[in-house]
Amino acid sequence: MESIVQIQVATMWTLEVPPFLPFFIGALIAAVTRGTLRGAIMVAIPVVSALHLWMVPEGVHLQFAFFDYQLTPYRVDKLSLMFGYVFHIAAFIAIIYSLHVRDTLQQVAALMYAGSGLGAVFAGDLLTLFVFWEFLAFTSVFLIWARRTRRSYQAGMRYLIIQVLSGVILLIGALFYAAENGTLEFGFIGLTGIAGWLIFIAFGIKCAFPFAHNWLTDAYPEATVTGTVILSAFTTKVAVYSLARAYPGTELLVYIGAAMTCFPIFFAVIENDLRRVLAYSLINQVGFMVVGVGIGTALAINGAVSHAFNDVIFKGLLFMTMGAVLHMTGRMNGSDLGGLYKTMPKTTVLCIVGAASISAFPLFSGFVSKSMVMSAALENGYDWIWLMLLFASAGVFHHAGIKIPYFAFFAHDSGLRVSDPPNNMLLAMLIAAVLCIGIGVYPAALYSLLPYDTGYNPYDATHVLAQTQLLFFSALAFVWLNLKGMYPPELHSTNLDVEWFYRRLFPVAIQSLFATTWKLDGALRRAFVLRLHQCLHYLSGIYHVPTGLLTSSRPAGSMAMWVAIFLAGYLFLSFIN
Amino acid sequence: MENEKQYLFDNPNNVKRVLYVLYGCCVLLFVLDFVIHRHVLHSWESLWGFYPVYGFVGCVILVLVAKWMRTFLMRSEDYYDEGEADINGKHSADSGGHDVDA
Repeated sequence: MESIVQIQVATMWTLEVPPFLPFFIGALIAAVTRGTLRGAIMVAIPVVSALHLWMVPEGVHLQFAFFDYQLTPYRVDKLSLMFGYVFHIAAFIAIIYSLHVRDTLQQVAALMYAGSGLGAVFAGDLLTLFVFWEFLAFTSVFLIWARRTRRSYQAGMRYLIIQVLSGVILLIGALFYAAENGTLEFGFIGLTGIAGWLIFIAFGIKCAFPFAHNWLTDAYPEATVTGTVILSAFTTKVAVYSLARAYPGTELLVYIGAAMTCFPIFFAVIENDLRRVLAYSLINQVGFMVVGVGIGTALAINGAVSHAFNDVIFKGLLFMTMGAVLHMTGRMNGSDLGGLYKTMPKTTVLCIVGAASISAFPLFSGFVSKSMVMSAALENGYDWIWLMLLFASAGVFHHAGIKIPYFAFFAHDSGLRVSDPPNNMLLAMLIAAVLCIGIGVYPAALYSLLPYDTGYNPYDATHVLAQTQLLFFSALAFVWLNLKGMYPPELHSTNLDVEWFYRRLFPVAIQSLFATTWKLDGALRRAFVLRLHQCLHYLSGIYHVPTGLLTSSRPAGSMAMWVAIFLAGYLFLSFIN
Repeated sequence: MENEKQYLFDNPNNVKRVLYVLYGCCVLLFVLDFVIHRHVLHSWESLWGFYPVYGFVGCVILVLVAKWMRTFLMRSEDYYDEGEADINGKHSADSGGHDVDA
């Protein structure tokens, strides 16, 4: 038979190397090297790859035919470039942050994971997207398992199941899409037909839509110190990118996004594990991006994309500072921490920079991107959504901007006296902090990379004043509640969330279902055996008597009769011969 | 310890100073509302003190609702560990998870 797969590389190999390739090759080298050499290689990979990406022009750079379909593993446009750049920055920072780690598993997984994220955002068709979608799941779970506790193992398992499920739904959706449209090209899809909905759900799971969000708050806080930093950058942002490409202007996303901005902040206020607080606030921030994608105007898409860009950096910074605290103290609960500013002054300052950025203080990075989404919501008549976003903005300042630094570094003195973390960790945090302030002070650099040119200026008096007022009075509310003793104290606790259904209700329900089944089964068997015995007893009463059919002591008369029958048989046989 | 170093916020006066600065900023921002001319997109924005009031009230409601949510959402810290240990037929010994990167 002739070969089914015809490969024809549209552009020559030497010209364009897809950005995931250096990372995958780097992972291979990292697996066989040790120590300083490995560190140097790992740092070099994102730098070299980023320089290469900087030179790459827009367009399709790799394409081949697969059965009847065109596959495009490498397509570059403004939208994918934006994510490509920030993924390189995130990988670079995270690698520096984890230079002290001596764990081959984590380092290889981190490079593979970053590469998969890059592969996904440069994928030009749904099949390639699916492949990297699943790669993201399988590589990242090792960053959770690398904690090597029973808890992290189980959280990783749940994470993997949900992520793979998302991938399977994406694959089925892609097959439907191919059947409906005759192409696998990854472009605008929209909520039409089965394919549109299936792919939407697959993206939604990875994007932590409400009710599908618990994989994030469950798994991220269980990952290693450095693992969480890397995890926070890629998976959800790939999902936001995919939504921005396939579903811009889908109104449903506006409402989903608004819900995502609001509900996690309630959980964040009462959560004790500070990395879980950040995981909830990650959902909140992704909500702003989803609203932006849902509105779909040039300004809104710009806002969503630039907020994703900034969020990778400032959320990474916050996770790094909390990672530093966990690394140095071995504790992560707000109730066990406090007073660390005394001996970790540098980490404290860096954490406050991250907190100010996520809270969107003017001159910090969050401000220049979030305000675009807010303005777009107002301009397009989403008044109530705008009010929800405003509430969420005040709320994010409350839980991520104040609560995180306050309970880790100030609040009551926990008596812990640990020093600032190793220099590589400090350097990574410093780079992120400088970027946060740099983008906030000079947003034009970021804006020049955006997909659309809207001429937006965040620094007019109205905006700056409004945002500052909102934030300062939120801070005032925090102070007032604290002084009145009305602020909920940090308590050792678990707060129930949607995960309760699959971590408690389903297991218990299935367990009791099986228990009942076994019980019922046992009772039925016993009843059957009893009946059988009764039958036997009855039958033996009839036949198990001296003259009965089943008697063991045969009377002499019947013996004589049987002998006569046998002899008659012999006689008969002799006649036949 | 008697000789423990005095840090910045060990002195209650310093905490008070920070709070006074915050109060001062809040008053200043509130007053600026009347000084700076806004170009508003929405009629609510031109309401007197809209953003300060919204921020303050929003946060108070947020915290009070979250506190109320604790009454029916809060469980012990090892709530899931117990359940999962039961299911797996063994008890969780390492639920602390304090080991960081080796």
